[in-house]
Amino acid sequence: MNFLDLIWLIPFLPLIGAGIMLLFGRRLSKTAIGIISPGSVLLAFLLSLGAVIQLAGLEKREHQVVLGPWIEFLHADWGYLLDPLSSVMILVVTFVGFLIHVYAVGYMGHEHGPNHGGFYRFFGYLNLFVFFMLTLVLANNFALLFVGWEGVGLCSYLLIGFYFHKKSAGDAGNKAFIVNRIGDAAFILGMFLVFQLTGSLRFTDMNAALDGGQFSPEVAGFGILSVTALLLFIGATGKSAQAPLYVWLPDAMEGPTPVSALIHAATMVTAGVYMVARASALFVLTPDTSMIIAAVGAFTAIFAASIGLVQNDIKRVLAYSTVSQLGFMFLAAGVGAYWVAIFHLYTHAFFKALLFLGSGSVIHAMGGEQDMRRMGGLKDKIPITFRVMFVGSLAIAGIPGLAGFFSKDEILWQTWSSPIGSKALFLVGLITAAMTAFYMWRLVFMTFYGEPRMDEHTKAHIHESPPVMTYPLIVLAAGSVAAGWIGIPRLFGENNLFQALEHWLAPVFAHGAVPAAVHHHSHAVEALLMAISVAVALGGIFFARHVYLRLKEEQRPAGGALYKVLLNKWYVDELYSFLFVNGLSKGGGTVMAEFDRRFVDGGVNGTAWLTRMVSNISIWYDTWIVDGLVNLTAFFVRALSFPVRFLQTGWVQSYALVFVAGVLLAAGYYWLGR
Amino acid sequence: MSEHLLSIVLFTPLAGLLVLLFIPGTQKNLIRWWANITAAAGFLVSLPLVFGFDKSRDGYQFVEKLDWIPALGVQYIIGIDGISLLLVMLTTIMGFLAIFSSWDAIDHRVKEYYAMFLLQQTGMIGVFISLDFLLFYVFWELVLVPMYFIIGVWGGPRKLYAAIKFFLYTLAGGVLMLLGILTLYFQHAAQTGVYTFEIAALMNTPMQLWVERLVFWSFFAGFAIKVPMFPFHTWLPDAHTEAPTAGSVILAAVLLKMGTYGFIRFSLPLLPQASSDAVIVNVLVALSLIGIIYGALVSLMQRDWKRLVAYSSVSHLGFCTLGIFALNQSGLTGSVIQQVNHGISTGMLFLIVGVIYERRHTREIKDYGGLAHVMPNYAIVFAFAMLSSAGLPLLNGFIGEFTILQGAFQANYLWGAFAVTGIIFGAAYLLWLYQRTMLGEVTNEKNKGLPDLNWREWAVFVPLMIWAVSIGVYPKPYFDILEKPVAQIVERVNSHRTAPVLAEIPRPEIDPR
Repeated sequence: MNFLDLIWLIPFLPLIGAGIMLLFGRRLSKTAIGIISPGSVLLAFLLSLGAVIQLAGLEKREHQVVLGPWIEFLHADWGYLLDPLSSVMILVVTFVGFLIHVYAVGYMGHEHGPNHGGFYRFFGYLNLFVFFMLTLVLANNFALLFVGWEGVGLCSYLLIGFYFHKKSAGDAGNKAFIVNRIGDAAFILGMFLVFQLTGSLRFTDMNAALDGGQFSPEVAGFGILSVTALLLFIGATGKSAQAPLYVWLPDAMEGPTPVSALIHAATMVTAGVYMVARASALFVLTPDTSMIIAAVGAFTAIFAASIGLVQNDIKRVLAYSTVSQLGFMFLAAGVGAYWVAIFHLYTHAFFKALLFLGSGSVIHAMGGEQDMRRMGGLKDKIPITFRVMFVGSLAIAGIPGLAGFFSKDEILWQTWSSPIGSKALFLVGLITAAMTAFYMWRLVFMTFYGEPRMDEHTKAHIHESPPVMTYPLIVLAAGSVAAGWIGIPRLFGENNLFQALEHWLAPVFAHGAVPAAVHHHSHAVEALLMAISVAVALGGIFFARHVYLRLKEEQRPAGGALYKVLLNKWYVDELYSFLFVNGLSKGGGTVMAEFDRRFVDGGVNGTAWLTRMVSNISIWYDTWIVDGLVNLTAFFVRALSFPVRFLQTGWVQSYALVFVAGVLLAAGYYWLGR
Repeated sequence: MSEHLLSIVLFTPLAGLLVLLFIPGTQKNLIRWWANITAAAGFLVSLPLVFGFDKSRDGYQFVEKLDWIPALGVQYIIGIDGISLLLVMLTTIMGFLAIFSSWDAIDHRVKEYYAMFLLQQTGMIGVFISLDFLLFYVFWELVLVPMYFIIGVWGGPRKLYAAIKFFLYTLAGGVLMLLGILTLYFQHAAQTGVYTFEIAALMNTPMQLWVERLVFWSFFAGFAIKVPMFPFHTWLPDAHTEAPTAGSVILAAVLLKMGTYGFIRFSLPLLPQASSDAVIVNVLVALSLIGIIYGALVSLMQRDWKRLVAYSSVSHLGFCTLGIFALNQSGLTGSVIQQVNHGISTGMLFLIVGVIYERRHTREIKDYGGLAHVMPNYAIVFAFAMLSSAGLPLLNGFIGEFTILQGAFQANYLWGAFAVTGIIFGAAYLLWLYQRTMLGEVTNEKNKGLPDLNWREWAVFVPLMIWAVSIGVYPKPYFDILEKPVAQIVERVNSHRTAPVLAEIPRPEIDPR
């Protein structure tokens, strides 16, 4: 069977699942939903597996399937591209996605209310998310990628707001959608520039144009390529929660925990990293933008880690950790090590999904409690959860042999050795690694060790999660251990298995215009740096152990001003709220609305008033002047005629009298005048 | 028969109206049935236009030509190209749905109500198919009358103010436009000795630039008020808010498009020099951009649900006029597609307000909250309309917006950069409205136990939803239909352009497939 021509079916399988859920879900039993919904993702995984295996057998590992036209003038089809990069992504998305679906069957099974608290709705959205995510990574052009990009954003919005009776959930959903839209606006402009530069939005066309030698690397300044790359990267900062657009991700934890694991840790938030890797042909031509990406990534990594150090909500710690780890991925992409960025994306998907689902299991056991200050001593009460969380925390801290170690160490090494990287960025990465080890083990110690701090009622009800939840955890824990073994440093030997991922991805990131960086550093330096990073990770773990296990509550270092700033997340949310929400949007909106009412509409009403006024003046003028003149004429005539009226009385006698008087006067005048 | 197809489409509503007049006013249901049948017939007779339309042909199709007032050179010429075809279909579909949705909402003066709607249908179709300028003007002003009565008789509390404002404002614009039409008419006569209002003939009237500009501004008065462009938009929120639901739907979905259609059909091809004049283009684009951002921000702070939707129209129509004055293929194509899209999305949004207004008789946003618990299906339909209006990919709004943005960006980077902020604010006011009305707990006792959508309401929404998805997933037919007529207009305008506005980035040749 030719799976390669069926790759379009990979996203459509979960779409069918979503359709069934959302159209008929109300009439389905919980069991049916629990089979259909994860089942559709499992089928997508199996199909992906088949397709990737066949892809490996191809001479040129690239296969496109075009279903039909979409927006033709942009060369944006319903087209799918399977290459080494997208194959890694679909395997991660479908495999981790499937495990999370299974877990969610258990996790969401306790929801009360009509339709089991929207059980069908939850799985409908979750399947829809997988459809969009797979569309995103399989699209063969920017526009279809953008479909997935916006679609996952929509599902994120819907799932963050899943408990929509809570105002905070609605707020968090809006925040996520709108902050993402800011990035999207830049992404759209970046896409248009790509279109203008290369004449097509199709990745293969774009790469052909960019690798073809018509464009030389913009080493001497910030040209059009750099602007294009920067706009695309701003798009990525929205979806992948990088500074300054990271603020939505911690709030997104309002959603149910499987959502946090799937969307806000393992898959969706890595879309920005994927996009940058996908457009690497562009980014390699713009060292300036690449440097900005590395700097933003490093800054976000250490900044988010600093907040994570002091948070008390178990999910918020993990949320800031995710932001920080995504920063690592961008650091790698920025220094030109795209395959390492994807490597870390892939290992992170395992251990972060594990940590989130594990925390969900803890929350589940604690009856909904998320504050670690009211946990403690859970080690023996929920042993499976404890063990897998332990493994996950070792992995993220960078303990040798586990997944996180290989990918994180490779990032640090590339940062050190790449021509775009620097010692300063390496140092930031190293400090962040120490902080990572500290906050993760702080979480472990506060949650699982020490004295139980919960109330008696909660304590009595603590129980391990059902197998439907723990089995996925165990699989993910195995992944967190072994996932890194396909990217083992050359230091430990050079062969096809150890560097399997690098070799697999190499053709995607081979760009004709820029030769791959040649490292002039010796294995000795690499080994030394590796030793330092391991030491730093262990130091972080032991420091956390010291503070949270050895010291009593009152002995711990008191929270100074810095502690307060960190606890309040550097007041960034307050600042944004002041500037952009209340200032620009609501303030600007109010001003505009008033302006509209008073001036624009005021002008219209003023015109109406003026017309009425003129009309009144006209009436007055007409009454008093125009008609007045007529009346005045009449009056004048009447006035003139007034004296005459006394003469013309109509009485013959008076006429005779006047006549006689006249005669007498005339006669008198004649005589007297003489 | 088929050679008079367009006349049949035009006069079907009017014929129905004549019959309607003979039904006694007390027979309310009979009147309703008849009006619905007529409106459905109006839609059905317009369908052959779609099937008979040959998108590969240049120029107008289904043309009919008769003398009307020979002494003045007025003729009855009608015909359609791809642009008119889409707008005629929008009119017949939305007209039918608007009439259908009025079944329960209107209970007094039923006969007069439907009579006005049917008269209006003929007027609107006439505007989109007239190829004689005076005929166009007659239909243009004819549309005013029924809408005036619809708002003034069946409207909300401030209906008289709104109706008079609507009538006088748009009439003033229309009269100024007439001056422009007459100038064009006499200019043409002075040069050729032929007195005619035929568009095709008037196209060949060489004019001095200042005369063209003068005529452009007089057309602008008519079209810009109708669209409405900032700052001539304030009649719109009043008219929309006070009009009955079906009136708002028609107003938003079809009536406003008369303005944008006017720009595309008359201003651009008849006045190509003025339309590509740098000053005029910059002013029009600036007004469009202000409209996009301003409309969205004003929308954000509205307390009245319907007024919010009305202001969102100002923002969306800003995209349409921006697309037109980008003066390139994508801009114009996107603009026409977006006009259809706006009809669908905003039509739905007004219907949604109508549904809740019929149940609760208040439009204040603060009176609601948590409706998704009480009316889940209603919440789904609203979410759909919101996403379609906010331009989510795979729904209709995205195709139009994206194409317009591409056109604007191609014409001038800065235009694209400003316009793209509209998609951020667009999401903001809609999401916030949705949150305040649909999400959270039900706080108002009166909102508990409200009935969800009934079958008649579903019947109105479902076709619109299907239409929205079909455009979003497969927009190719729309691009195909518009390709020729838009190319013709763009070509004509650009061949009269005095100076190139922008320099193209050199682009390497790429095999298109």
